[in-house]
Amino acid sequence: MASPRAHLLYTAGRLGGAAVSLLAVLVTGFFLFRIVPGDPVRALTRGTPTTAGQLDALRHQFGLDLPLWRQFTDYCAKALTGDLGVSYQFRAPVGELIAQKAPATLLLTGVAVVLYSAIGLWIGARAAWRHGGPGDRVHTGVALALWSVPSFWLGLLLITVFAVGAGPVPGLFPTGGMSTGTESGLAHAVDVTHHLVLPVVTLVAVGYAQTLLVMRSSLLDEMGGDYLTTARAKGLRDSAVRRRHAVPNALLPTVTMVFINLGHVAAGSILVETVFSWPGLGGLFYQALSVPDLPLVQGLFLVFAGAMIVMNLLADLLCPLLDPRVAR
Amino acid sequence: MTESALPRSPAPARRPGAAVRFWHSYRAHRAGLLGLGALTLIAAVALLAPLLADEDVRKVTGAPGDPLEPPSAAFWLGTDQFGRPLLGLLVWGARISLTVGLLAAGMSVAIGALVGIAAGHYGGWFATVLMRVTDWFLVMPTLVLAIVLATVMSRSVWTVIIAIGVTSWPTTARLVRAQTVAVESRPYIERAKALGGGHRHIMSRHVLPNVMPLVLAQTTLGISAAILTEATLAFLGLGDPMVVSWGGMLQEAREAGAVSSGHWWCLAPPGLAIAVVALAFTLCGRTIETVLDPRRGVDR
Repeated sequence: MASPRAHLLYTAGRLGGAAVSLLAVLVTGFFLFRIVPGDPVRALTRGTPTTAGQLDALRHQFGLDLPLWRQFTDYCAKALTGDLGVSYQFRAPVGELIAQKAPATLLLTGVAVVLYSAIGLWIGARAAWRHGGPGDRVHTGVALALWSVPSFWLGLLLITVFAVGAGPVPGLFPTGGMSTGTESGLAHAVDVTHHLVLPVVTLVAVGYAQTLLVMRSSLLDEMGGDYLTTARAKGLRDSAVRRRHAVPNALLPTVTMVFINLGHVAAGSILVETVFSWPGLGGLFYQALSVPDLPLVQGLFLVFAGAMIVMNLLADLLCPLLDPRVAR
Repeated sequence: MTESALPRSPAPARRPGAAVRFWHSYRAHRAGLLGLGALTLIAAVALLAPLLADEDVRKVTGAPGDPLEPPSAAFWLGTDQFGRPLLGLLVWGARISLTVGLLAAGMSVAIGALVGIAAGHYGGWFATVLMRVTDWFLVMPTLVLAIVLATVMSRSVWTVIIAIGVTSWPTTARLVRAQTVAVESRPYIERAKALGGGHRHIMSRHVLPNVMPLVLAQTTLGISAAILTEATLAFLGLGDPMVVSWGGMLQEAREAGAVSSGHWWCLAPPGLAIAVVALAFTLCGRTIETVLDPRRGVDR
């Protein structure tokens, strides 16, 4: 067992690192979007006749007339209190917009990550146990092939075949959105699930290879272990050796992977949400980009990067609980 | 053994032999050969594009076919919404995909190797700073950063290459640094230092050849990631609008309503092409990894 002191030091170190990363993200978020060429106010009023006075008023409203360092300090102070500014195109607070859209993304990516982690772990463990065999080859090959497929293309194809209907296949699923919006209660839940099928299938198909490969290689590292020979010598069945002895030891890198994936998918769902018109953060990011609506892009950038950092931190904090050697 | 009694020939003279041995082990992996074969074919198509498809194929006006024709004898893969033959566009698109993939991965691996070797060689506060920067890039959502960079810069192929290159190097930097530290702890580095070898000599003549295999495998794997990112950026409308690319073809097909009207033949070929190229590079990269370091690679 690691001493409590070592564990405490480890935890403090990780928390400190995450705080530094968050600060760095905050600073990047500011400067990245100040190097944008062009005048956001002009882009905003494109097509509508505006006087110089109106432009100045808009600039003042968004705080664009202040010197850069004042903009920066204002931005930091506001961001730390959760105020991310006002979206140019929706004329609404960015924080509010994000809060509105976040549940849809959490639902979609949550379901997808749980599914592809489970599928990846299960197939990965089996593939490694019989490694080199035909099952292993087929599974690894299929996973690698699906991993190489662009998610947005798979989404488009699934829509064309299963939502619009192609040839003998009738349109089974809705083409996009999250619900038809009429029902409530149980009917609503069924409706949302119905809308969820195709985007989740897309995310799972493209994503499960990573979990599979990590699980497979970390289980292969455990395969030569003496404790497995001991377990077999005790007369345990093969499946029990795998489930109770080998897999728990191989889980550590995979758990880290799952958390890092959780951080990634929020950003990774940009394409799937765009293709399926899913009303989440990814779709919002795409809309914000096309203007470009800087406060909104900046706010979403902070949220996506923040999610990564928090998930990495969770993985780091969880690891010593699974394997005390980590914090030593 | 008589061989061990003789002094070994200097490293540069041994390298051709190493390449032959490498090829012999590589040949034993069927997946790697498959990937290599596919790549050779696609590279040939990209190089011979002017012979295989007329250059005019990219022009929107005066297209030879009717809009959205299904596959036929005249147009093997059908036509797009402007009546341009899809096969021709696909052939020209291979150039952009491969160019961006190779250059972006090359750039990313060059930055990664430079940072990794420098951090591993110098150590101290310099390495700490470099690795903090690397860690910071590592937690950034790569795709979001690339999208933002492509948005704030002007639309061109170089923008896409730079956006991918500067966001995807941290993994390589970490791997190369670890390898550099391992190499530098060996006695022959001490010997080189004792003989008066400077920092640059040690890094370029001793460390670099040793991390090169790792860098090669990373590049191959990086290319498939870069190709996928390029297609993604083009699909989001962030590519060069003047150039035919596979991601751009998908975006155009989507905007022309190919999805809702069920014109699957516009959608299937470009995506399939992206997937095949990305898979081929992945297969080659994994095989190279296995051959160079059997403990890290596919079969372990």
